[in-house]
Amino acid sequence: MFDLKGYGPELLDGAVVTVELAFLSLALSLFLGLLGASSKLSGNRIAYGIATFYTTVIRGVPDLVMMLLFYYGGQVMVNSLSDFLYDHYQIDFFFQFDPFISGVVTIGLIFGAYMAETFRGAFLAVDTGQIEAARAYGFTRWHTFRRIMVPQMLRHALPGLGNNWQVLLKSTALVSIIGLTDMVRVAEEAAKAERMPFHFFMPVASVYLLLTAGSELFIKWLNKRANVGVAQGAQNA
Amino acid sequence: MADQAPLICRDITKTFDQLEVLKGVSLETRKGDVVSLIGSSGSGKSTFLRCINLLETPTSGDIIVHGDPIRFTNNRKGERIPADNKQVEQIRSKLSMVFQSFNLWSHMTVLENIIEAPVHVLKVPKKEAIERAEAYLQKVGIYERKDYYPAQMSGGQQQRAAIARALAMEPEVMLFDEPTSALDPELVGEVLRVMQSLAEEGRTMIVVTHEMAFARDVSSQVLFLHQGVIEEQGTPEKVFDHPDSERMKQFLAPNF
Repeated sequence: MFDLKGYGPELLDGAVVTVELAFLSLALSLFLGLLGASSKLSGNRIAYGIATFYTTVIRGVPDLVMMLLFYYGGQVMVNSLSDFLYDHYQIDFFFQFDPFISGVVTIGLIFGAYMAETFRGAFLAVDTGQIEAARAYGFTRWHTFRRIMVPQMLRHALPGLGNNWQVLLKSTALVSIIGLTDMVRVAEEAAKAERMPFHFFMPVASVYLLLTAGSELFIKWLNKRANVGVAQGAQNA
Repeated sequence: MADQAPLICRDITKTFDQLEVLKGVSLETRKGDVVSLIGSSGSGKSTFLRCINLLETPTSGDIIVHGDPIRFTNNRKGERIPADNKQVEQIRSKLSMVFQSFNLWSHMTVLENIIEAPVHVLKVPKKEAIERAEAYLQKVGIYERKDYYPAQMSGGQQQRAAIARALAMEPEVMLFDEPTSALDPELVGEVLRVMQSLAEEGRTMIVVTHEMAFARDVSSQVLFLHQGVIEEQGTPEKVFDHPDSERMKQFLAPNF
């Protein structure tokens, strides 16, 4: 019934690229988010300044513009640097921007900023008495962070993280613009060639829907685990 | 070393911005002392207790824990801060605190709460820490609740779990910050009974409290604080039955 006109394997490969891109970007954004939130809450003025600059700039520029800027702009910068180094120091240095890496870095950077805000709010929601008890028992700062603050903020962060993840997953579609052959790109080419947009974009939409619906279930399960030890009635407090 | 004072505080002052909360409070304990800090709200008794384990940094004054004076230095803004975080962590592990609102870690079971600091701070092997924790849970009478989360227990049970957590550190001194103030009246007794049994074992305790009966019957020393100074100090008989200060007499007078 659903004949993909021989584009099936390519679409499947594209879907794999999408999933890889999404998970690698997620890992990067979680790392940057934790780093950003910790910097903002560290009380160190320089760290706070850098993190605020990062979240303000990134959240203020459209994702698509960021991606174009990073991919094309970044390549131009590398080219000029390469010329400069060769002309002045005879150093042979050059690399080509890979669309996959560029995609991971850009999406990771963008969502790192959103994650930072989500984590920051979640850290602030942790009851100060919990942290005070850790200090009073001689915990180091790192031990307090790892054993008390992170597990406790997680339950406040998860709803926001779930949201960010779904938006991130869908943002991966943007990388087809910079020439990465993800699912969207393959479908677009197939749709043009066969003049059957519905026929090719519907499966793509379904794959996204499947991924987001699946992750929703997973997040629900995580949420349940993170809320262990919280009284039912207190959950809405 | 046997007779070394577990805790000496000399001329502790604490100023928040412009507000002088403590104006030179001193305290010397012997092993097995039970010191009750009493006074009305805002008298500085909780702040004093929190200065002892450096949850607040005293503006001036010395704290000596088992012969080890806490070292201070000044930061760039000229504020006094502890000089050595390692020393602070080490000293805190010898002074375990019981809080008014329990502050059990809500994502851990009772048993996990109790072994956390012994395992990670004192580096006690986990198996031994669990045995120790179970013994203390028996002692405070909530052994059968060891796998519960704090939110699944009553306030009195939570506070007894918090006392077990404090005991598991085998501290030099136990600090109690209004341990019964957040409890329903019918749960106060179970916590006070546990505290009384600790006092009878000869544990050194400093207790900020509004329970006058406890202060009178259990303590060896009572300090009455008013507006950041010690107004009255001595044995319970002296403070409660023959107070010198007018403030103390007013404080004891029935209000209705």
